[in-house]
Amino acid sequence: MQGKPDQRNARGLTTALAGVAVLLAPLGCAKQVQEIKVGEYSSLTGDKATFGISTHNGIQMALDELNAAGGIGGVQVRLITEDDQGKPEEAATAVQKLVSQDQVVAVLGEVASSNSLQGAPICQKNGVPMITPASTNEKVTQQGDYIFRVCFIDPFQGTVMAKFAAQSLNLKRVGILRDARSDYSIGLANSFKETFASLGGEISGDEAYQQGDVDFKGPLTALIATGPEALFVPGYYTEVGLIARQVRELGFTGPLLGGDGWDSPKLVEIGGEAMNGHYFSNHYTEQDPSPVIQGFIQKYKAKYNQVPDAMGALSYDAARVLFAALQQVQAASPEEWKGLLATGAAKPEARRAAMAALRDRIAATSSFPGVTGAITLDEQRNARKPAVVLSIKEGKYAFVEQIAP
Amino acid sequence: MQEFLQQLVNGIAIGSIYALIALGYTMVYGILRFVNFAHGDVFMVGAFFGLFAAGWIGASAGANGPAAVVVVFLAAMFGAAVLGVILERFAYKPVRGQPRLNALITAIGVSLFLENAGILIFGADPKTFPELLPPANYSVGGVKISSTQVMTLAGSCLLMLGLNFVVYRTRIGKAMRAVSFSRDAASLMGIPTDRVITATFALGSALAAAAGVLFSMSYPRLDPLMGVMQGLKAFVAAVLGGIGNIPGAVVGGLVLGLAETLVSGYLSSTYRDAIAFVLLIVILIVKPSGLLGRAVSEKV
Amino acid sequence: MSELAPERFLPLPTRLLRFGLGLAVIVLLQQFVLPGINPYFARILILAEINVILAVSLNLINGFAGQFSLGHAGFMAIGGYVSAAFAVSAGPAVLAVLGASPEAPGPAPSFIVLCLGLILGALVAAITGLLIGIPTLRLKGDYLAIATLGFGEIIRVVIQNTEAVGGARGFINIPTYAGFFAVTLFMVLTLAVHWNLVHSRHGRALLAVREDEIAAEAMGVPTTRYKVLAFSIGAAFAGVGGSLFAHYNGGLHPNTFTFLKSIEVVIMVVLGGMGSITGSILAALLLTAMPELLRPIKEYRMVIYSLLLIVLMITRPQGIFGLGEFDPARLLWWRRARGAR
Repeated sequence: MQGKPDQRNARGLTTALAGVAVLLAPLGCAKQVQEIKVGEYSSLTGDKATFGISTHNGIQMALDELNAAGGIGGVQVRLITEDDQGKPEEAATAVQKLVSQDQVVAVLGEVASSNSLQGAPICQKNGVPMITPASTNEKVTQQGDYIFRVCFIDPFQGTVMAKFAAQSLNLKRVGILRDARSDYSIGLANSFKETFASLGGEISGDEAYQQGDVDFKGPLTALIATGPEALFVPGYYTEVGLIARQVRELGFTGPLLGGDGWDSPKLVEIGGEAMNGHYFSNHYTEQDPSPVIQGFIQKYKAKYNQVPDAMGALSYDAARVLFAALQQVQAASPEEWKGLLATGAAKPEARRAAMAALRDRIAATSSFPGVTGAITLDEQRNARKPAVVLSIKEGKYAFVEQIAP
Repeated sequence: MQEFLQQLVNGIAIGSIYALIALGYTMVYGILRFVNFAHGDVFMVGAFFGLFAAGWIGASAGANGPAAVVVVFLAAMFGAAVLGVILERFAYKPVRGQPRLNALITAIGVSLFLENAGILIFGADPKTFPELLPPANYSVGGVKISSTQVMTLAGSCLLMLGLNFVVYRTRIGKAMRAVSFSRDAASLMGIPTDRVITATFALGSALAAAAGVLFSMSYPRLDPLMGVMQGLKAFVAAVLGGIGNIPGAVVGGLVLGLAETLVSGYLSSTYRDAIAFVLLIVILIVKPSGLLGRAVSEKV
Repeated sequence: MSELAPERFLPLPTRLLRFGLGLAVIVLLQQFVLPGINPYFARILILAEINVILAVSLNLINGFAGQFSLGHAGFMAIGGYVSAAFAVSAGPAVLAVLGASPEAPGPAPSFIVLCLGLILGALVAAITGLLIGIPTLRLKGDYLAIATLGFGEIIRVVIQNTEAVGGARGFINIPTYAGFFAVTLFMVLTLAVHWNLVHSRHGRALLAVREDEIAAEAMGVPTTRYKVLAFSIGAAFAGVGGSLFAHYNGGLHPNTFTFLKSIEVVIMVVLGGMGSITGSILAALLLTAMPELLRPIKEYRMVIYSLLLIVLMITRPQGIFGLGEFDPARLLWWRRARGAR
């Protein structure tokens, strides 16, 4: 009796190890092709996977376009994507791998500020430029002069919506429903609260939910009892659709206000009719006839068979800002360009200098024609661009007004 | 007062969701003494089966109504039952007879597997569940009640009664109780324990799927990780009510739902989960076997 | 339980010599081997060492005392946040007393700040463990598991709403005072404490509690006291792990300390073998390395990871080493026994 399970155990272990060995086999063979290596860290699994996958789609699309057009000076760009499961400490590990194992010359990512805040110090320490597509917390780019972003910062969007609520909609009392687990939501809520109060408005109530909740009637009932004219809900579309349904079921007829976390075709799909009559701030509007925007939407639809969300658009822009900077390095300085090549056998100092040059090119980005607006990176390495306010009517977004920074 | 009544309604509605999921948890536990950690994920897969069934009969194109509801429920429950049997055969059966923690870790492995396979197969982006029945909102003295809320409460009560019937009034239920009492003795009495255990898993998984479909009708947003938080809360509810006790699962679910809602409405919505857990721990310390659980005296 | 026979008593000079030798080895590794290896591998190694501390300390609660706790992430969080808060708020003052500049303190002053924060973090974690343990350890099995899980979540929610330590944004820019040397040193210390504890009179009392509480009580073992003792010591060392993590990683976030983190540690303990310290070490190393090794398969890696977990549980139900400890000499014996069969 004793022998049999023992043998089975041994066989099981061997099989498992053999499986791992087979999976790892492709690691060994490195190709000798001239290329530029760019890293990306995203939450491809875990509870934020939907944002991570959209981000990855946007980057991949920009990359495919670039490589199909011959890369940069005939050199192809290779993207190395690492999953961080949406966990902060995994984000740090993923970035460490990209930077020291894969030796990428630049890093793109993350969506959640909390994850970017873990990756940014590693990029800064190693002198690798990092562009975050969608981390809106102010602290992210404060991590150092190699860290950039192409999105708004939290205070801006909160201010935009507070101004819109007070001046355009003439609201006097607004309630806030924030996501207590998301620093993005908290950042927007705080700046909204401040600006709206300074414009003479009154915050009737301030309640919270947790990312992943499905029932919001508890805090909503409490908020509605304070008699607000509208509710500011700076969350993600994954929750806002359900919130809109439930707020209507509770008989509240005023509008909901939100930020770019709302932007996804899923919002109206989940919220249905309850989504009509609300407003949110965003980077662009589908109605904009500009060829950059229209081309992006069409190509994205053709490639992924869905309408892009804000993450897809922002990451597309982040990748293109990076590629434009790479192109400038290639055009301006062959010496530094050689330092960026993966198989150039460049000395570490040459590589560092080349990445510093790349950093300077990114920092000089000015009026870049992005999908999400004309991107100009300021002294604090934040994107300065106007926001648009959209309304939702019959399941479609309609342009309301543009608010400059 | 009206606000308080509204919060009571909200709490009961969310509690009946917890109760729905807790029923399956508590049944499998009651019979096998096994915390099926993957129950929340079977709940998720069941909801997706319901979504596919609804798509297949063309529910979003208007082919809805009571008949569609029945079809979707049956398809989801059947699909989940098959999944439950497969999981039992390939993951849980090999660890049966091992220490209980091993079974728990295996269940965690199954749970991670279902979640990550779900992300690969269904996609990580949320899906929308079609409206099978036209929504209706009632206002009773200013208190708003939606048809889905009524449905989940009725659904959880019905499932509780049905489960009680199966466990206490049928042959297979008798066999389940015998297995729960003593697997060896049941086996000696000629009860095919393996088949009974398989049936337990099939029934438990079908319950999870029923909960998944009812849940999706109230909260029409499906994603591969929807079972994690709900499963955890349902587990807490099952323990709160006295794990292994069928009415206890419903009572536990309702108590947890009410506690959460009242805490978030009157105390603090940011500290809601913390306060709900404090309440849970206090209840457990005062009554260590749960609200309806029977205290087991220690054998010396 | 022959493997838990009391260790031979070693005279103090021998012990000190051993300790000195070990210290020298760590210093040599730190000075000569570490600079040569890739920082990514170094990171995995250091995270694995921290996981060893967590797994071994949870093993004391789960494996040796037989109390199923699902709240280890909470104690880790307490240790991490307390020691990080100490280093950020009181650290500069301590450094000033030591005559070091806060911007670039030398290795010795920063190690002293780390130790102070770590002791404080471990102490707060231990006291919390004591406060939680006294009422809840009366509960059994799954009820205890749920109660400890609840405490872990309460701790996380409180941190998430405490703006002073970063709240939902996370605690960032924590001075990185812990490197390979500090983490390895504290891992070895943790192992030594646990090894000596479980091979002492108290360790046998804990085993008695695990095997049969009533019999243990009848034999005069104060079971409640031992359960609470194991729980607080386990919590304290989880706090040690947490503060090392804080000072190595340079940042903390409440999302790191969800109940999934606790479950991760439980998996290490069960996979390593309940009550096997060497098993916990190996399982912690294996489970930290596995997701990294699986990186090349991208989006399939978590699926494969979960399948491997199930396969390992089915093929090694007693854990890698079962209840016993790993002994290099046994490997030879095992092969011989195998050949003879």
